[in-house]
Amino acid sequence: MLRCPCQVRHCARVLGARVVVSRSFADFTPQASFDIKKCDVHRLEEGPPLKAELTREQGLQYYRIMQTVRRMELKADQLYKQKIIRGFCHLYDGQEACAAGIEAAINPSDHLITAYRAHGYTYTRGVSVKEILAELTGRKGGVAKGKGGSMHMYAPRFYGGNGIVGAQVPLGAGIALACQYQGNDQVCVTLYGDGAANQGQLFESFNMAALWKLPCIFICENNQYGMGTSMERASASTDYYKRGDFVPGIRVDGMDVLCVREATKFAADHCRSGKGPIIMELQTYRYHGHSMSDPGVSYRTREEIQEVRSKSDPISMLKERMLSNNMASIEEFKEIDVAIRKEVEDAAQFATSDPEPPLEELCNHIFHNNPPLEVRGTNPWVTLKSVS
Amino acid sequence: TFRVTVRDALNQAMDEELERDERVFLLGEEVAQYDGAYKVSRGLWKKYGDKRIIDTPITEMGFAGIAVGAAMAGLRPICEFMTFNFSMQAIDQVINSAAKTYYMSAGQQSVPIVFRGPNGASAGVAAQHSQCFAAWYGHCPGLKVVSPWSAEDAKGLLKSAIRDDNPVVFLENELMYGVPFEMSEESQSKDFTIPIGKAKVERQGNHITLVTHSRYVSHCLDAAAVLAKEGIECEVINLRTIRPLDVESIETSVMKTNHLVTVEGGWPQYGVGAEICARIMEGPAFNYLDAPVTRVTGVDIPMPYAKILEDNSVPQIKDVIFSVKKTLNV
Repeated sequence: MLRCPCQVRHCARVLGARVVVSRSFADFTPQASFDIKKCDVHRLEEGPPLKAELTREQGLQYYRIMQTVRRMELKADQLYKQKIIRGFCHLYDGQEACAAGIEAAINPSDHLITAYRAHGYTYTRGVSVKEILAELTGRKGGVAKGKGGSMHMYAPRFYGGNGIVGAQVPLGAGIALACQYQGNDQVCVTLYGDGAANQGQLFESFNMAALWKLPCIFICENNQYGMGTSMERASASTDYYKRGDFVPGIRVDGMDVLCVREATKFAADHCRSGKGPIIMELQTYRYHGHSMSDPGVSYRTREEIQEVRSKSDPISMLKERMLSNNMASIEEFKEIDVAIRKEVEDAAQFATSDPEPPLEELCNHIFHNNPPLEVRGTNPWVTLKSVS
Repeated sequence: TFRVTVRDALNQAMDEELERDERVFLLGEEVAQYDGAYKVSRGLWKKYGDKRIIDTPITEMGFAGIAVGAAMAGLRPICEFMTFNFSMQAIDQVINSAAKTYYMSAGQQSVPIVFRGPNGASAGVAAQHSQCFAAWYGHCPGLKVVSPWSAEDAKGLLKSAIRDDNPVVFLENELMYGVPFEMSEESQSKDFTIPIGKAKVERQGNHITLVTHSRYVSHCLDAAAVLAKEGIECEVINLRTIRPLDVESIETSVMKTNHLVTVEGGWPQYGVGAEICARIMEGPAFNYLDAPVTRVTGVDIPMPYAKILEDNSVPQIKDVIFSVKKTLNV
């Protein structure tokens, strides 16, 4: 359930702000059941259910989450082109159903770690758009005080944002080990991409997670390209859900938020019941190139991108489902869009006007719980101060 | 003369060496069909094809090991790390499999390989993508470590590295890729090489010696131009090679100027400047020093992202100028 307090407050604000509605809510279908794509399974007797229940509230919440991530990423695109965001910027638009669906299926007390395409997860794990954009613009109001940047944002139970391909996977298995060790019934969702799926450290992690029955949900977000290399050119086997060999796996339609949610629930139950790790492959797609310095069209066609946009967009899919089942009105969606647009605009305003971190911050945060220390500057006559 | 960017000079070097010796091949992430993450290998796949220019999966430990194995069996690979930060995933293969093998085999097994890619800070890429590895690799016997500055350096040294029968770590710099330099007539010859292990005096001066490598050669030359207006003449030495270190060139200069400042982008502790200080003390130039050696280095912190913090984390021209004046006590 998406139960993070700021999200609930926000959701309530959005839902409570309805001023112009043509019909009363008694007219809307409060809950409906949707058919979802069957998941291919590996080393499992059965997979997630073929139907998903969706309440009106849930639907609007998922819509709002995904649309916020979408608009936030597009705003980041804009700010990058204006050179207000610098360095690396890997955008998530197209993949929103993954982040939204996973968060809907886990508890706020569960753990999550991902790689560098992390802005969406930073949001679903509870960081505001304002703090995310301000981190991208390198200001003191950013979630990492401007010191981390795009790939290094953190929150309680959210371990980033990791720059080195594959490195987050053993980390995730380690977080799961801590959960098991502490006996707290929590799981760790550990994400990686199709590009990272060939990394040796993944297989080391699968082995230990399986040996020790760690409560780790390994999730491969397969968006078909590792930077400029298609999965066929990088992987001898592209059945990423089977790559764990002795680790059971499911392959999931990553463009359908309900499919992702049901699969994640299934996976979380598997882990919490002590059966050990499980792998989920989410079949998804990114509209942008690998990063803002990759136009994204030298290794795939514009037609392919357009086809996914028109036939499988996760936000449109959810919206159409709700409209055709009379679960909400077009006006309601428009109001949500307007509210999100404002939220993102306000966040961008903050992100461009907030000051950069002060120079006094330069050397802080080297060590934790440590007495203050002196740090050498660029030459022997400059000694800087570092506090924990 | 010819005006060539560092990127194009590197491209020319690889093109010429691929043409000259069919045992030479390039492998790494996005080197072939993408034309290189930083476009250094642009056009090479189109010209030489799949056999000579190989796109690898994102698996550094694996492909670096594969490259070393290929070198052991008679080929001459160029193994590209998209940045040297990712070489940490493969460092066991670089050190234990490449660097030490000729020694361990008492001369039976050589490893003619080049590991190349951008090293050090870039612009806004934060802590995990900004580290300088000159000191780490420079520490290890069995490796040659090269750090070019200009386009001519890049071309001549890369050709030498590829022709060298030993493992060479070739540290490029992303911020230098797009910088154009005048290249000499002789550098256009397909047999033009620059010897590994020899520094170059880029600017003559009598008052103080500045020793540096890679991008900071530019900083030192700019600082020298400013200082010259105040009557301070700096001698700027471009190391070109980190290992083996051309101590003799530094000593000759220090025995003339009596003052030494080292400038590098990497961290101070156990760094290139620290090594130079030690070597000066162990040799004849020590007695010629009128002041202790000054090291100008990166700040001893992980690289921050915010621009104002990043700018203050690496040596700036004003830091070099300040250090020169302090060392000269003016």
